[in-house]
Amino acid sequence: MRYSDVMKKIVIAATAILFSSTAFAEHTGVPTKGERVFRKCRSCHEVGEGAKYKVGPALNNLMGQQVGVLSGDKASKALRRAGELGMVWDLKTLEVFLRKPKALIPKTKMSFAGLKKHEDRANIIAYFSNLGAGEEAVKRDPRLSDEILALKGDVEYGEYLASGCTTCHQLDGSDQGLPSIIGWPTSIFATAMHAYKNKDRENPVMQQQAGALDNDEIAALAAFFSGVTK
Amino acid sequence: MKLNRRSFVGAGVVAAASLSAPVVMGAARPRVVVIGGGAGGATAARYIAKGSKGAIDVTLIEPTRTYYTCFFSNLVLGGVRDFGSIGHTYGKLASDYGINVVHEWAIGVDRDAKTVTLASGSSLSYDRLILSPGIDFREGAVKGWDVTSQNKMPHAYKAGSQTQLLKAQIDAMPQGGTYAMIAPPNPFRCPPGPYERISMVAHTLKRHNPTAKILIIDPKPKFSKQGLFTDGWDRHYDGMIDIIGPDFGGADASVDPDAMTVTIDGEVTKVDVCNVIPAMKAGKIAEIAGVTNDKGWAPVNAHDMSSKMDENVHVLGDSSQQGDMPKSGFSANSQAKVCAMAVRGALTGSKVFPAKFSNTCWSLIEVDDGIKVGASYKATDAKIEKVSGFISKNGEDAGTRKATYEESVGWYNGITADMFG
Ligand SMILES: Cc1cc2nc3c(=O)[nH]c(=O)nc-3n(C[C@H](O)[C@H](O)[C@H](O)COP(=O)(O)OP(=O)(O)OC[C@H]3O[C@@H](n4cnc5c(N)ncnc54)[C@H](O)[C@@H]3O)c2cc1C
Repeated sequence: MRYSDVMKKIVIAATAILFSSTAFAEHTGVPTKGERVFRKCRSCHEVGEGAKYKVGPALNNLMGQQVGVLSGDKASKALRRAGELGMVWDLKTLEVFLRKPKALIPKTKMSFAGLKKHEDRANIIAYFSNLGAGEEAVKRDPRLSDEILALKGDVEYGEYLASGCTTCHQLDGSDQGLPSIIGWPTSIFATAMHAYKNKDRENPVMQQQAGALDNDEIAALAAFFSGVTK
Repeated sequence: MKLNRRSFVGAGVVAAASLSAPVVMGAARPRVVVIGGGAGGATAARYIAKGSKGAIDVTLIEPTRTYYTCFFSNLVLGGVRDFGSIGHTYGKLASDYGINVVHEWAIGVDRDAKTVTLASGSSLSYDRLILSPGIDFREGAVKGWDVTSQNKMPHAYKAGSQTQLLKAQIDAMPQGGTYAMIAPPNPFRCPPGPYERISMVAHTLKRHNPTAKILIIDPKPKFSKQGLFTDGWDRHYDGMIDIIGPDFGGADASVDPDAMTVTIDGEVTKVDVCNVIPAMKAGKIAEIAGVTNDKGWAPVNAHDMSSKMDENVHVLGDSSQQGDMPKSGFSANSQAKVCAMAVRGALTGSKVFPAKFSNTCWSLIEVDDGIKVGASYKATDAKIEKVSGFISKNGEDAGTRKATYEESVGWYNGITADMFG
């Protein structure tokens, strides 16, 4: 059974769960709000420097990660099996899992009812994505208006522009030496790119790359990469 | 045999996809022939095949079955990476992208008939030809040296057996021996390349042959990232490296490969290793195709990398004369994507966006001491024009330098995946 088949089953099992792509395109979570939501998870999960396995795994590099990998030896059979079939933590899987963990992985050991509000889920996913972005957290530049962040990108243009990113960042999300940039919520992606453009984030290669892009081009890239999954 | 029909059809998906391509429905698929499977050519072939989803018939001509990247070959010389890790094969381009990979030399191009002749005598016709054959050396550029002496005095400026040979020679140097490099004049592939090589040679000598000496004989008064390199050499390899610039005869050196001597300003020096990197020109096939100028490079239009001499021929990478971009793998890869988009647009009517280019060249001075220089570029009617750039600074902390090196490893993995799938 391939990953897509697994996903199909899951979708059927979880019936009414929102799988339309538009639901994901409108993902505009805010990491700082997500940090607050994360308090609910802290009794079992750690994040940040020195984070260790508690009741569940440390969640520093969750986004793009194969399911089960972070738990290492401690992963449940159900989790490990899902990962082996190719499931990764991305926008879609987290959206389902965080709403109701057992809807995605019926035999998961995680005893958490789920986050009922879409907004909470969007925010915490934004928070996780931001953690994956490395040590420099994505700061929201005050000059960055909601309109700019909400710009709807042209995916086709984004795909062409993305060829300028894939000289270094890999589309399959492997991240040896450089972060994976696939499957990020568009708002997080755009915030990060604007931070490079405005030189709030330091890497000169990225400052140069982002500096060559206008607002629409950043939105196009964000739109393209948010839709890339492993 | 005529190879102008596809002698190989890739995965069924590819064939099926071509049926749904509106522009070519019912007609033969447009044909693209790419000569050279390196940083420019492999990328262009892959992006055209991938983007057109089988609507364009792509053939890639490349004589070697394993492409050894020049990038990171200096790290092999320094013993920081093993030789096998820089070798890449073309299997996925054939199996996953349906590219017809032909392991042969192209020996002729007839631009009127739009055909390419291979060494075996077969001929392929094209609608668009993409040339990315890298560099060749100018004959007589270094007195006393020609390709027949590359066995004694390697250039190692095309990676592969030359890299292994030079490494073996460095490793076999007698204690306290001398490694000499004849550096090339501008323009040449990878401006920081010779100096990263010096760093990596010093790295290995410092550990295994600490009294050895390194001599750079350079025709140029200054070179890429010079301040960063010399600062690094002072910190890591104090007293080991000497530069003889043009003021002291660096532009007028001759060699004797049999005697293993270098003569500068009449003074004869015996050396143990002599790495001769001669002046360069576009890969020979570009000259044969008649798209090079009197300087030996192929002038191109910046918007689509098409030759100024023939709109159906595109030239990428080191062979092209495009303006402000350095001759690097990163540049060739960047140009290839602009070219692929333009070629697809011309042959299948797909959307064409404005050209954007970028480049970054990382160099390793010593383990965990990496530096970089880069810039972004745009296409103007005259040339590829630099928009803005950056360069590492002296005095950066060790963490920054280590991160820069790690970033280069990420880039290496990224660009090779971008070339070979
Ligand atoms: C020591 C060294 C270090 C370097 N380090 C870096 C680095 O860190 N970063 C970076 O970006 N760049 C680096 N470069 C530069 C980089 O290797 C080149 O700029 C890049 O390979 C150019 O790509 P290309 O497609 O023009 O040519 P190539 O990559 O050389 O590819 C040309 C291909 O064409 C084939 N070919 C030639 N003639 C024919 C023919 N007649 N028929 C069929 N095939 C043919 C050849 O076999 C070859 O495979 C380095 C170079 C050197 C020498």
